[in-house]
Amino acid sequence: MFVTSAFAQESAPSADTSHATTGGDTHSGTGVPAEAHGAFPPFDPATFPSQLLWLAITFGLFYLFLKRVVVPRVGGIIDVRNDRISQDLDQASKLKGEADAAVAAYEQELAEAKKNANSIGQQAADAAKAEAETARKKIEAALDEKLGEAEARISSIKANAMKEVGSIAEDTASAIVEALVGGKASKAEIAAAVKSVAR
Amino acid sequence: MAADKVDPIHQFHIIKLVPINIGGYDLSFTNSALFMVATVVVAAAFLFLTTSSRSLIPGRLQSVSEMAYEFVGNMLRDAAGTQGMKFFPFVFSLFMFVLVANLLGLFPYFFTVTSHIIVTFGLAALVIGTVVVYGFMKHGLGFLKLFVPHGVPVFLLPLVVLIEIISFVSRPVSLSVRLFANMLAGHITLKVFSGFVVSLSALGAVGVAGSVLPLAMAVALTALELLVAFLQAYVFAVLTCMYLNDALHPGH
Repeated sequence: MFVTSAFAQESAPSADTSHATTGGDTHSGTGVPAEAHGAFPPFDPATFPSQLLWLAITFGLFYLFLKRVVVPRVGGIIDVRNDRISQDLDQASKLKGEADAAVAAYEQELAEAKKNANSIGQQAADAAKAEAETARKKIEAALDEKLGEAEARISSIKANAMKEVGSIAEDTASAIVEALVGGKASKAEIAAAVKSVAR
Repeated sequence: MAADKVDPIHQFHIIKLVPINIGGYDLSFTNSALFMVATVVVAAAFLFLTTSSRSLIPGRLQSVSEMAYEFVGNMLRDAAGTQGMKFFPFVFSLFMFVLVANLLGLFPYFFTVTSHIIVTFGLAALVIGTVVVYGFMKHGLGFLKLFVPHGVPVFLLPLVVLIEIISFVSRPVSLSVRLFANMLAGHITLKVFSGFVVSLSALGAVGVAGSVLPLAMAVALTALELLVAFLQAYVFAVLTCMYLNDALHPGH
């Protein structure tokens, strides 16, 4: 408070001396109350006590009102909002975590399903291959059998044909002998001759 | 009466509305007191009514109140740290009081509370008084370290301490004179240019045409004064924060 008195002593007289002369005649015609006379109004010490008192009253009440009512209220509003925002952010990050987990689970399942599908496909392919193999073997076996049969038939037909070739040759030989020699050769001779030639 | 209208000092006169005299002191309820009451009522009502709905999503007016609150809050936190927040109601009241007083003063025929040195000095003395009282309460004689900066050579110390003390003592003066002088000068200039408009218009058609210039000037000055009203309230609050920081951390 030493500052206040020091300043009052310093400022008030200087204000009086500098403005007393100009202030005097400007006021004379303004109808301002006599208390304000003689000084530039902001430096008129006569108004100081009243202004200080009312400043103390009004500012004091204002301070109390702000401290008791406004600051807690506005602070509360802002705190509630910040809480709400951080809560919402928390929830959002929680939901994001859940979504991420769901995506991971989905991908894992997808990978598993792919693996299963591959193995099933592999099995099916293997089974089909094995079946095809057995079928092929069976058909080959059947074909071999038929081939064997056909070869046997061909060989029997060939044998028959060869046999018949002998009798035809005998007939032809007997006919040729008859035509050339004019006598009949015995069947046994002709057959022996044919046989010896055919050998 | 025409002379009164042009007199730029007229607006600063103190007029007694309810004369009160106690113990030889004139404690009258004056126009200054009336506008202090108006300032407080307007500021308090604005802050109270705009936040009454306590909306999670603020409307425009509630945003204004919250912006003022957070503006001062950030200012104080930046200057004095979180410990300084115990002074928040004080700095917030100062800022709102000075701001609303400055803004009300811009209305024609309204009295500007902050254009009187005793009002601004009262507020400045309150700030410095708070700094001194809190500084000694918190740090005891350690508060005097404020006047002894670190790392100064011993032979310079007396000089530096003297300078620090002078700078500390001049703080309330500079704080109060800055606000007072800005408001006073601005209002006088505004009044002078507006007075030109009136006196020129009285000279007939040529005068009316010529009065366009001071009128434009008065409009521009009003805009400037609006800026100054904000700026000075801000400066007052910022300096208060810095001085409070000295009380909290006197060792620099």
